[in-house]
Amino acid sequence: MKRLSWFNVTSLSLGFAFLYLPMLVLIFYSFNASKLVTVWAGFSTKWYGTLFQNEAFLDAAWVTIKVAVISSTFATILGTMAAYVLVRGGRFMGRTLFSGMIYAPLVMPEVITGLSLLLLFIGIGLDRGVLTIVLAHTTFAMCYVSVVVSSRLVTFDRSLEEAALDLGSTPWEAFRLVTLPIIAPAVISGWLLAFTLSLDDLVIASFTSGPSATTLPIKIFSAVRLGVSPEINALSTIMILIVTVGVVTASLVTKRNAVRAQKDAQAAERAG
Amino acid sequence: MRRAALILVPYVWLLVLFLAPFLIVLKISLSDAALAIPPYAPTLKDGIAALIRELDFENFVFLTEDDLYWKAYLSSLRIALISTVLTLMVGYPIAYGMAKAPDEWRATLMMLVILPFWTSFLIRVYAWMGILSNEGLLNQLLTWLGLISEPLIILNTTTAVYIGIVYTYLPFMILPIYAALDRLDASLDEAAQDLGCTRTQAFWLVTIPLSRNGIVAGSFLVFIPALGEFVIPSLLGGSGTLMIGKVLWEEFFNNRDWPVASAVAVILLLILVVPIVLFQRNQQKQQEAEQ
Repeated sequence: MKRLSWFNVTSLSLGFAFLYLPMLVLIFYSFNASKLVTVWAGFSTKWYGTLFQNEAFLDAAWVTIKVAVISSTFATILGTMAAYVLVRGGRFMGRTLFSGMIYAPLVMPEVITGLSLLLLFIGIGLDRGVLTIVLAHTTFAMCYVSVVVSSRLVTFDRSLEEAALDLGSTPWEAFRLVTLPIIAPAVISGWLLAFTLSLDDLVIASFTSGPSATTLPIKIFSAVRLGVSPEINALSTIMILIVTVGVVTASLVTKRNAVRAQKDAQAAERAG
Repeated sequence: MRRAALILVPYVWLLVLFLAPFLIVLKISLSDAALAIPPYAPTLKDGIAALIRELDFENFVFLTEDDLYWKAYLSSLRIALISTVLTLMVGYPIAYGMAKAPDEWRATLMMLVILPFWTSFLIRVYAWMGILSNEGLLNQLLTWLGLISEPLIILNTTTAVYIGIVYTYLPFMILPIYAALDRLDASLDEAAQDLGCTRTQAFWLVTIPLSRNGIVAGSFLVFIPALGEFVIPSLLGGSGTLMIGKVLWEEFFNNRDWPVASAVAVILLLILVVPIVLFQRNQQKQQEAEQ
């Protein structure tokens, strides 16, 4: 077994301390009894209590989740279609423009995306609210989904699809019965990515939301501009916890599947 | 028929919600403030000729006359560049350590790098506000250690912006470098040492040049978004830090000057074209090298 040199151990420990200490500090101070976030005054969970009584936060959380579920679902459908067109679509008019429009939003500064969408919505007279945020989030998230899905489509064996077609399936059946099950993990991670991007987004949502719809990041941003607050620490702790449970579960599932696939392959080898 | 529908749906979606908004930004950046203040009419009903007659570059002239704007562009470029170098200096040793780690640790280390990426960006920036403030944790710690007697002023300075960018974009730097180092054949390093290089020489002459693609990719992945960053300078940078993303936001939300905000956006895009094209080229070269 390889052994790590002291240099590597130091750089890894310092690096991960840098990545994780700020979040641990945040979590620690969410249990602080004092209103002053930086002065420790004993353990308390009261900020979680006040958080759950804060109607404005609860409303914003509800809007955020609603927007994230709807926009990530649309983004996954549109992004998967776009990926399929890019990888399997062959040549068609304006293909370069299409792939440019898929990749450009990935590198576009959020302030520009937000500004341009807002000007469009005002230009066509669409009232800003949940609908406009959903449209904005769907548009930028579909590009991320399509990158994730197309990287899976590129690597998979096309002859499987061709076999299904030769055996008499329609293209739609071949997609539903052969392609989709194979690319499903990529489609699911695309959905999760779109969902997180939407939950997280402050800038684009600020431009495209109206007074009727405030999302959680907008609420958090206007609260923390005034300084650090223990309620926001409590809210952050809950959000970090949810993400951690999700990511750890996902990586354990992937690992278990990999181990199982390896065992299957070994068994098949022994049998053959 | 089905194929056409498959292509058209995402195509039209992007044309309407991505390309058209850009053309509107371009149009508004070239129009008069008085005409463009809401409700303006982004229609072509007067015909192309009238549109061209109306074109007016005064917003761009305004940007060059008021030194706030070019100072903001320069300062964004400087901040993005310095923080990219800092992120590389912090990220490379971590990626190197991961690549040298025993195989059974790899998946866990990888997950630990990716986890912060899934956590809210806003929350990760906010976490530093409590640490860096005058009565914050860092100052408490340094005072307790007896290293300082007066609190260091870090929050609301450019230093805090550097810390924020390095912290939030670190995974983008680590992952491509790790991928490059992971593919590296360890025997090359051994060969260099057998032929008389010291370990340090072998590192600088063999490992660094061979991980060049990862370094370049990671640097662009940090530099490009850092240039237009808004959240970090507005929460950590205070009023003294000038960055173009913040200027655009304030021009739009506080001054309500849409044509100038649009002109600021158009120039920012023109500046971004250079790094984006270079990044694309690097990715393409890498893909060709793999085949």
